Amino acid sequence: MSKLFPKSANRLPLQIIVYLFVLGGIVTAATTYYATPKYTRVGYAPVQPVPFSHTLHAGNLGLDCRYCHSNVEKSGHSNIPTAQTCMNCHSAIKANSPLLEPVRLSYESGNPVPWVNVHVLPNYAYFNHSVHIARGVSCVECHGRIDQMDVVRHAKPLSMGFCLDCHREPEKFIRSPELVTKLDWQHPEGVKGQIEQGKKFVHDWNVKPPQSCSGCHR
Amino acid sequence: MRYVYLTTFFVVVLTVGVLGFRGCTATKPPLEVFPDMDRQGKYRPQAESAFFADGRTDRPLPMGVVARGDLRADVALYQGKGPAGEWVRGIPAAITVDARLLQRGKERYTIYCAPCHGALGDGNGITKSYGMGATPSYHDDRIRIQAEGELFNTITNGKATMLPYADKLEPSDRWAVVAYVRALQRARAGTVADVPASHKAELGIK
Repeated sequence: MSKLFPKSANRLPLQIIVYLFVLGGIVTAATTYYATPKYTRVGYAPVQPVPFSHTLHAGNLGLDCRYCHSNVEKSGHSNIPTAQTCMNCHSAIKANSPLLEPVRLSYESGNPVPWVNVHVLPNYAYFNHSVHIARGVSCVECHGRIDQMDVVRHAKPLSMGFCLDCHREPEKFIRSPELVTKLDWQHPEGVKGQIEQGKKFVHDWNVKPPQSCSGCHR
Repeated sequence: MRYVYLTTFFVVVLTVGVLGFRGCTATKPPLEVFPDMDRQGKYRPQAESAFFADGRTDRPLPMGVVARGDLRADVALYQGKGPAGEWVRGIPAAITVDARLLQRGKERYTIYCAPCHGALGDGNGITKSYGMGATPSYHDDRIRIQAEGELFNTITNGKATMLPYADKLEPSDRWAVVAYVRALQRARAGTVADVPASHKAELGIK
């Protein structure tokens, strides 16, 4: 019998309990780290049919975001531009580039360029671009420094917690509406100046971001 | 027990090795472990439809249909033409010309026109250095004498290599841009005599 249960077996129940705690800790840590849009969504950068560079167009050339995403101030949906928008310039500039073949085909046929959607909210979340733009929430708050992205990359988690961070403390984020497409803008007086000015905007514009379910879900 | 911990350690290393860290760039679509009605069978803007022959959820208006409030019967306001089909001179009465309109015009001009026509309207926009052909200057007499209605028509329908901008600029915004173009032209023709006495010191003029 002594061979079957050596003396060390007396410690086994305690060791198993300790191990289960350790294992539980690891599983909890892994779930916290991985089961969140901060892991699942951030960093998504699909290969697009045309290697359009926002660094070049929005950064170097200084085109306003609204040159292409022209409905963002009027509509809940920020539009992917038409092929004609590309052809405004590319009928003359790099008019024969093979990389632009899908755009030319789309312009001639009327069928869309099969762009891959990067930022896709769950279908039960209703985000309205125009109201956020009108109240000075910059593109950069949700999309990051698009003007520095050669390939668009999902930069922020766009989770519910992420939305609520701003809905609870809008003064930290809102700016003058003329500056919404200036992605590199920061308040010249830093965080303190931002909050001071933000509080003024919240008061003057009567900003009351909804925190109830039906504000965004219906 | 040592082996159990060692195995656990390797499993953790393996998991981190396979799943990576937060924020790693990936070309594959995000994982949706619990679907939770994230993707529903409803139509969203600019999305794909398996039902319609052209594969789009956005439906074009059928031929001859006019959307409510979109009749656009005011020919001067929506086409820049007078009763005899001539270009209207001046801004139509439905548009109030004030500082707000010019401010709006400046903003829209900067977004949609300045890339080619330049901030000053001299045709030296950023696209010129990338090979855009001759963009005309607004300060040529040919364009200075054009009626406002003709400028409106150029924005609406395009001209030569310029494609239409009607999809980007609402009619009221087009008139705002026309007003701003007129302001640019006026500014170019300005002389010292135009500067109010109270502002002369700012410019270093006596």
